Amino acid sequence: MEMTARALCTSIHGLGFGALYLLACSGALFELYRITAPPGPPAATAAQQRFLKIYLLTMVLLAWAAVLTGAYVVYPWYRAAPPPGTTNLAMYPQRLLMSSPATIGWHSLGMEWKEHVAWLAPISITMAASVFLRYGQDLKNHRQLRRVVLCFTVVSFLAAGIAGLFGALINKQAPVQGGSTLRLTAGDDR
Amino acid sequence: MNLPNPAAASTTPAIPNGSGAAAVLSAGIGAFTLAVLAVAEDKSAVIKQSLSFYRPTGPLSGVTTVAILLWFVVWVVLEWRWRKRNVAIGRISAIAIVLLVLSLLLTFPPVADFL
Repeated sequence: MEMTARALCTSIHGLGFGALYLLACSGALFELYRITAPPGPPAATAAQQRFLKIYLLTMVLLAWAAVLTGAYVVYPWYRAAPPPGTTNLAMYPQRLLMSSPATIGWHSLGMEWKEHVAWLAPISITMAASVFLRYGQDLKNHRQLRRVVLCFTVVSFLAAGIAGLFGALINKQAPVQGGSTLRLTAGDDR
Repeated sequence: MNLPNPAAASTTPAIPNGSGAAAVLSAGIGAFTLAVLAVAEDKSAVIKQSLSFYRPTGPLSGVTTVAILLWFVVWVVLEWRWRKRNVAIGRISAIAIVLLVLSLLLTFPPVADFL
């Protein structure tokens, strides 16, 4: 079982940071809503609030790791320009997608949207985390602030979802390849 | 032992809303700046060239770097000015949400192409 170094980095970016972030989003939304809900539910314990703070900070790290590895590690491989005369575009995903009317939309719509909308996720979740770190459960007494924090968290989820979906689909159409080959396990003879 | 937070029982805010408002508005401004710069670099070759801070990543490097720097600067300034005050959070929240929704729309290529 083998994998190229670029494919491994792409997987870490998408399946590691990105997918983990998406998985964490619903939990963050639920806990932010529950802990800061104005009167009703019993007050969250200090341990529960501390847990949510660590949870949100982890999401902030995941979101920034996803966009930074995407923009500065994977994206340069995606948009690399082939030398003149290159006919096999397999190592140049952007050019490969743009070479056919059947696939150009994956770049002109999918990648163009993904590369920008993805950044709304870390911006929004950093804001949400910072507000919760500052206010904690006192956020339940700031109804409008609470509402806008929840809105930004939803948009963060949406932005990460769009980026993740298009990332997966684009990589299916024109995978990022190349670099050294890593042997993960030795194959058997069957 | 897990004890409920005593502040949670109160319905009176213990912390002024200025700090939260600064975070919210600056995030809206940061997101909107990113979207506007993304449209601008798509429309203008000069802007595209000038935002290519890191050649392998192209103009995306400049678009995001400028937006993030502006976001942090606005955040620091607003935090410094508002942290001990209560501000008009309703209006600030509305502005921040409008900026965020516009950012979402502007990053969608068909909308940007339409402009």
